[in-house]
Amino acid sequence: MEFRYLPMTETDKKEMLHSIGVKSTDELFSDIPDNVRFKGELDLKNPVNEYELKKELTAMANKNANLKQYSSFLGAGVYDHFIPSVVDHVISRSEFYTAYTPYQPEISQGELQAIFEFQTMISELTGMPVANSSMYDGGTSLAEAVNLSAAQTKKKKVLVSKSVHPESRAVIETYARGQGVEIVEIGLIDGLTDLKQLDEELDDTIAGVVVQYPNFFGQIEPLQKIEELIKQQKKTMFIVSSNPLALGYLTPPGEFGADIVVGDTQVFGIPAQFGGPHCGYFATTEKLMRKVPGRLVGQTKDEDGVRGFVLTLQAREQHIRRDKATSNICSNQALNALASSVAMSSIGKQGIKKMATLNMQKARYAKSRMKEANLEVVFESPFFNEFVVKLSSSVDDINNKLFNKGIIGGYDLERDYPELKGHMLVAVTEIRSKEEIDTFVKELGDING
Amino acid sequence: MANQDFPLIFERSKEGRTSYSLPELDVTEFDLDAELEDVYIRKNAPDLPEVSELDIMRHYTGLSNRNYGVDSGFYPLGSCTMKYNPKINEDVARLEGFTHIHPYQDPKTVQGAMEMLYDLQTSLKEITGMYEVSLQSAAGAHGEWTALMMIRAFHESNGDYERTKVIVPDSAHGTNPASAAVAGFEAVTVKSNEAGLVDLEDLKRVVGRDTAALMLTNPNTLGLFEKEILQMAEIVHGAGGKLYYDGANLNAIMGYVRPGDMGFDAVHLNLHKTFTGPHGGGGPGSGPVGVSKELEPFLPKPVITKKDDAYVFDIDRPQSIGRIKPYYGNFGINLRAYTYIRTMGAEGLKKVSEFAVLNANYMMRKLEKEYELPYPQHCKHEFVLSGSRQKKLGVRTLDIAKRLLDFNYHPPTIYFPLNVEEGLMIEPTETESKETLDGFIDTMLTIAEEVRNNPEIVQEAPHTTIVKRMDEATAARKPILRYNKQ
Repeated sequence: MEFRYLPMTETDKKEMLHSIGVKSTDELFSDIPDNVRFKGELDLKNPVNEYELKKELTAMANKNANLKQYSSFLGAGVYDHFIPSVVDHVISRSEFYTAYTPYQPEISQGELQAIFEFQTMISELTGMPVANSSMYDGGTSLAEAVNLSAAQTKKKKVLVSKSVHPESRAVIETYARGQGVEIVEIGLIDGLTDLKQLDEELDDTIAGVVVQYPNFFGQIEPLQKIEELIKQQKKTMFIVSSNPLALGYLTPPGEFGADIVVGDTQVFGIPAQFGGPHCGYFATTEKLMRKVPGRLVGQTKDEDGVRGFVLTLQAREQHIRRDKATSNICSNQALNALASSVAMSSIGKQGIKKMATLNMQKARYAKSRMKEANLEVVFESPFFNEFVVKLSSSVDDINNKLFNKGIIGGYDLERDYPELKGHMLVAVTEIRSKEEIDTFVKELGDING
Repeated sequence: MANQDFPLIFERSKEGRTSYSLPELDVTEFDLDAELEDVYIRKNAPDLPEVSELDIMRHYTGLSNRNYGVDSGFYPLGSCTMKYNPKINEDVARLEGFTHIHPYQDPKTVQGAMEMLYDLQTSLKEITGMYEVSLQSAAGAHGEWTALMMIRAFHESNGDYERTKVIVPDSAHGTNPASAAVAGFEAVTVKSNEAGLVDLEDLKRVVGRDTAALMLTNPNTLGLFEKEILQMAEIVHGAGGKLYYDGANLNAIMGYVRPGDMGFDAVHLNLHKTFTGPHGGGGPGSGPVGVSKELEPFLPKPVITKKDDAYVFDIDRPQSIGRIKPYYGNFGINLRAYTYIRTMGAEGLKKVSEFAVLNANYMMRKLEKEYELPYPQHCKHEFVLSGSRQKKLGVRTLDIAKRLLDFNYHPPTIYFPLNVEEGLMIEPTETESKETLDGFIDTMLTIAEEVRNNPEIVQEAPHTTIVKRMDEATAARKPILRYNKQ
């Protein structure tokens, strides 16, 4: 069998063995004790040639119903948005995607500058002065924010609204357990954080308060009121998880006194791809700059005074500080941050509000059509591009029927909120046409009876 | 290119210029501003770039020209396994049936994706000799932490709350002690002996009733195989601790020896190293975790299983450590790794390790003539030289690294592991030809000669890059972390 990624010829091998002074490559493995050695051949599928393999994987891909074949109203943290063609052209440049972390600034200015620009864009969107180079995703970024609040305030209790994405809350639970941080859930009233309960739970033992804006149900949490409650506690940190697209229209959390703003830039140029890789962002205040997890790029000059960029404040990081580091994160999502940067550049200052507004308009149209079709829409607060509809039978059943009509229906809220049996979370992005929305509403109305 | 500032995308902006193309508003318009309280309506638009589409392409093409990847040239960055990133992987990962699927679709409608994940799990189980594998972790450090959380849950399930310490060798990756700390453990160090291997006597000294686990990379970061691994396993297991395998260096041993057979209870793999996921300028990666039968109940949720010929997500796992990441891991990277494994098969993967080791030994024997080799035995996939001889002549390892840039090479990892003075950690990988290795060897020997005869040229390197050495001290003292309009 020939292997096209292995360039050594038999002649090369002979010359090299001779040069090393051994008879066979086996001698180079002689330090592996015989009693632990693997005997025989690994039981893996036989290797396949490039043509056959592409055929095989294409067949596998075709077994999946994809969002380009179906009309999708599924969101719940992962969205089907328009991706400009430039994005893939840029991230396909192998000087970017085959590079390692830019530890050698002289030959990594491209990546470093791209990250610096990403940090700036995130800072602009969130209204926070500092943003890092990326995190794995919105969920783990939020969990890191929770642990940072505990470390910073030296308090061990964090309040988390139940309107935060259920999987992010689950991730927070796991991370917090590692650090001995207690999570207290704040309940909901009409799909918004229960401010009365929040007020009651808030005291000087609380490290941080976590809300999502817009929240998991698409509704816009009143950050101003929440901040008023939080700031009664001097040390408690205000942590906001935010869909950055929504911030094209909504006042950014930075203007409401947030200490940490996190989220996922999947909405900018990153396809759903079954949930990953996406791209977490992490933005914060100047005060917390030296506590940020992950990599930061800073501007500086070279010996000749030419502007350039370097990885900076590395004393926070694991490769320097080891067990005293602010986080264990090493690999991040650099290439996806690049994809999002290109998408944000393409959408631009003018387009961002337009795109956010389009989402809001189309979602409102869908919601009003549902009401006309006598579907029961619950929660009446202002929302971004998602809302909740109450159905007469299980969302699972209804989605099965919708699927047969070429529609991927919304998210079944009963999965995480037993009290919301039969409630579907509907997402409408800018790429859903009037026709698709009309068809969806009609089919949903018919199935619901 | 001349040495000059390269404009930021913001500096290319011109008010009113656009490159977006969005769908039309084809529905009845609502008065959004009337709906929201005024305070929630953004007044100052975020200052994103205002550029044309061509501006974007010129900008990022320019940036890519100011970057260096494996496709640009030799990248012997020790511990990072900078091997070739196959192009079929990229093509496959862009098939619509993989890119445009939603994690919350009904599993019945994404059986192809789940089949791939299940097959990848099965392959990784075989390659590592572990009982079960989870693909949830996003990167190596994430995998380390995940497995440590499982080990913690295992001990606690036995009512054992006293195991608060995780032992890491002094040569370990920084992520090891950091992950231990994030999982709530105290990291304790075990020393290396004169041969560069874990000192068994010191291990016996630090191990005890409070040992949760020993984290080990094998071959270790010096590129040496820890041949006393079974004795180490016995010592750690004897004290009731677990053995953790950092899979960063798996590229050296595929088909030769498996972590599961060496007595490891948990492993993580770096699919972006051994299994050709591209490094992407820092990520995304993927760090699957493999575990023994004993640890299996603690795997993070969900676990992909097969039931009556269909693939399902199992979330009914009462002892699970819970979720460690939303959805199902970095699917796109896992897909690339799967494509690679299908390309290579068992025979190919064993050859990968064979040539990774051959290449490293070949270079090591050529370079030890000029550079100090602190650990002279055969290495595995990488080796560590010391720049101590050159340092005596006033040239630091950093200078040697910078000088390599002038010859269009990416330098090796430097000053790591910490137990080698002026360390140069070289990992050629198996995808490089003999001609490439010879070219790099010649250059390293030339530099050694320069150190003797013309040290300034090395000390002042690089001479040919678009920027020279950066003022990193000022960058850290007065951080500028974003662009601000003048």
